[in-house]
Amino acid sequence: MTTPTDEKTTSFSGHQLEETTRRPRRIWGRPGLVTAYAQDMAFFDTRAKLVAVCALVAIAALMPLQLEDDILKLLATGFVLAIGAIGLNLVTGYAGQVSLGHAFFVGVGAVTAAVLNGDPDGRRLGYGITFLPAWMLGAGLVAAVCGAIVAPLATRLRGLYLAIVTLGLVFIGQYIFAEWREGTGGRGVGRDAAVPTLGDVDLTVNGAYTEEQKLYWLMLVILVIFAVLARNLVRSKVGRAFAAVRDRDIAAGVMGVQLGRYKLLAFTISSFYAGVCGSLLYAADGHFSPDEFNLGMSVLFIAMILIGGAGTISGSIMGAMLLALLPRIASELPGFFPFISDRSTEHPNIFEVETALYGVLIIAFLLFEPRGLYGIWHRIRTYWKSFPFSY
Amino acid sequence: MTAFLEAVGEGLGTGSVYALLALGFVIIYKAMQVISFAQPAFMLAGIVLVSYLAESVNFWAAVPIAVAAVALLALAVERVAIRPMVGKAVFVIAIITLGVDVVVRVVAGAFIGVDPRSVGDPWGQEVVNVAGIDMAQRNVAALIAMVVVGGLLFAFFRFTPIGLAMRASALDQEAAMAQGVNVGTVFATSWALAGGLAAVAGVFAATGGPIDQNIWIVALAALPVIILGGLDSLGGAVLAGLLIGVVQAVVATYQRDWVPSLETNAGPIVPYLVMMLVLLVRPYGLFGTKEVERV
Repeated sequence: MTTPTDEKTTSFSGHQLEETTRRPRRIWGRPGLVTAYAQDMAFFDTRAKLVAVCALVAIAALMPLQLEDDILKLLATGFVLAIGAIGLNLVTGYAGQVSLGHAFFVGVGAVTAAVLNGDPDGRRLGYGITFLPAWMLGAGLVAAVCGAIVAPLATRLRGLYLAIVTLGLVFIGQYIFAEWREGTGGRGVGRDAAVPTLGDVDLTVNGAYTEEQKLYWLMLVILVIFAVLARNLVRSKVGRAFAAVRDRDIAAGVMGVQLGRYKLLAFTISSFYAGVCGSLLYAADGHFSPDEFNLGMSVLFIAMILIGGAGTISGSIMGAMLLALLPRIASELPGFFPFISDRSTEHPNIFEVETALYGVLIIAFLLFEPRGLYGIWHRIRTYWKSFPFSY
Repeated sequence: MTAFLEAVGEGLGTGSVYALLALGFVIIYKAMQVISFAQPAFMLAGIVLVSYLAESVNFWAAVPIAVAAVALLALAVERVAIRPMVGKAVFVIAIITLGVDVVVRVVAGAFIGVDPRSVGDPWGQEVVNVAGIDMAQRNVAALIAMVVVGGLLFAFFRFTPIGLAMRASALDQEAAMAQGVNVGTVFATSWALAGGLAAVAGVFAATGGPIDQNIWIVALAALPVIILGGLDSLGGAVLAGLLIGVVQAVVATYQRDWVPSLETNAGPIVPYLVMMLVLLVRPYGLFGTKEVERV
C-alpha cells in the first residue's frame, strides 16, 4: 500500500495518465480521507451514502404495498414536481439565473404531451402517439427549444431584470395557451392530459395493482433516472461551469467559461426538465386547464428549491415532496386548530392556510436556514460525524 | 380619431395607476437595489381596507386612513422580514418579498369574500367631456391623483431633510452613513412610501366596478413599466407608466380590426411585449443608469 503522501502527490501533480489508469483508492480505516478529485466528486462519495440511498430507493419502491392510495397519489405528484424542481434548480440554484418563468415551460410540456398523445379523431388536436417515452421526451424537447429561444434574451440580462423578463414570459405564455384552443382547450375549459400507457397496459386503469400504485412506480422510476442524470451533469465540466457563472459571471468569463453558451445550456436543460414534468403532472387527474400555468406555479417551484436547498439535487426532491404534501398537512390542521375551517366559504380556511404557509416557509427558510432542508440535514450529519467534538 | 383619443384617455387612466405603482417600485429600488414583489399584496390590502372603511366613513376619509394603514403594514414587513436580510444577495431579498406577497395577499384576499364589494368611489361609470372627447371620470381622477402625488413626491425628495437623505443614500449608502444619514430610516421610509403608493394605485385600479380577486395582477404590470423607464428613474417610471397604459388601451381598442383572429384581449400582455422589445435595444430601459459592474 502506498503512503498517503504518495497518493497526494499523484493526485495533485497533474499526471493525467496515472490518474486514469489507476483508480484512487480509499485507505482502510480512514473513511474521511479524500485523496483524489475523482473521489471527491464521485456519485456516491462514501459507502454510507451508497447504502443509504439504495435503502431509501428500495423503501420508496416498496411503499405502494403499504400506503393508502390517496397518499400515493400525492407522493407520485411530488415525484413529478421534483423533476421540475430539479430543472429549476439547475438554472437557478446551479447556474444562478433566477427564472420566474418555469410555469411556462411546464405548460409547454403539458400541452405538447397532450397534443402528441391526444386522440387523432377527438375534438382537440391530437397525433395519437401512445408510446410513453416518445411523448414524454417530445414534450421535454419542445420545452427545451422554447427555452433555447428565450435564452438569448436572458444572456443579455442579469439578476432581477432576468426575473422580470421571465415573469413576462408566464403572462405571454398564458395568453398563447388561452388563444390556442385547438391545442389546449382554452381558458377555463382545458383538455385531457396525456395518458401514460406501457405496452398495452393503461396505467390509469385499476388492474392487478391500482392506478395510484402503478403511477407511483412509474413516476419513481422516471424521477430516479432524471435525478441521476442531473447529479451527473452537475459534477461534470458543465456543472463546474454553471457554478462559476453563478458565483461571479464576469470572473467566470475571464477564466474562459463561455457565458452565453452555458447560460443557453442551463436554460435549455432546465426547460427540458420542466417539459418532462409538465407532460406527467396531470397523468393522475387526466385533465388540465391552461390557467394553471400561472405565476403561482412559478413561485411554487421557486419555493420548492429554496425550501429544499438551492444548488442541490436531493434538496430539490425534498422541497418538492414537502410542498406536494403541504395540502395534506394543511387539511389535517382543522383537527389541531379548530378556528381553521375546511370549507372554502369560511375564513380562514385550509386553502388559504396552505398558500400562506408556503409563503411563510419561504421567508422562514431564507431568514433562518438559507440552505433549506438540505442544510438542516447537513447540520444533523455534521453533528453526528464529529460527535463528541460537535459545537 | 375620436375612438383613438378616447382610447388614449382610457390609457392615461390605466397608465396613472401603473405610474403610481411604478413609483413605489422605484423608490424601494433606489433605497436598497431590490425589486419588491410585495407591491401587489400591498395594493390588494389597500383596496380591501378602503372597501371596508368606505362602508362606515365616506370614500374621501377612507382613502387616507387606508393609505396610512398600508404604509404601516409595509413598515412592519420591512422591519420583520427585510431588515435582517440587508447585505445579503438581492435575489434572496427579492424572493423574501415574493413570500411576503403570497402571505399578505392571501390574508387580504380572504376579506373580499363572495359578495361583490366595491371601493365606494364617487365616479362609477360616469363620463366627462374634455374638449369633445368622452373620458371616464375615474380615469381623469386617476390622472389628477397621479400628478398630485407625483408633485408631492418631487417636493418631498427635493425639499425635506429625509428626502435629501434618501437621495444621498441612493447615490452611495456608505458615504451617506458617514455623513450621519440613518440608512435604516431611509429603508423604512421607502417601504412606507411604496406601501402608501400601492394603496393609492389600488383605489384607482378598483374604481368603476366590483373588486376582482385577481386585481393584484395589475400591480405586476408595473414591473415592465419600471424596466421600460429604467429601474432607478422616478421620472422614467411616470412616463413609461403613461406610455404603456396608452399603448395597452390602443391595442385593446384596435385589436379587433387589426387581428380579428385573436379572440382574447391582448391588453394585459402588452406591457410585457413592450418591455421585451425595449430590452432588446436598451437593456437599462429608457432613462435607467447603466449598471457598472465591479469585478
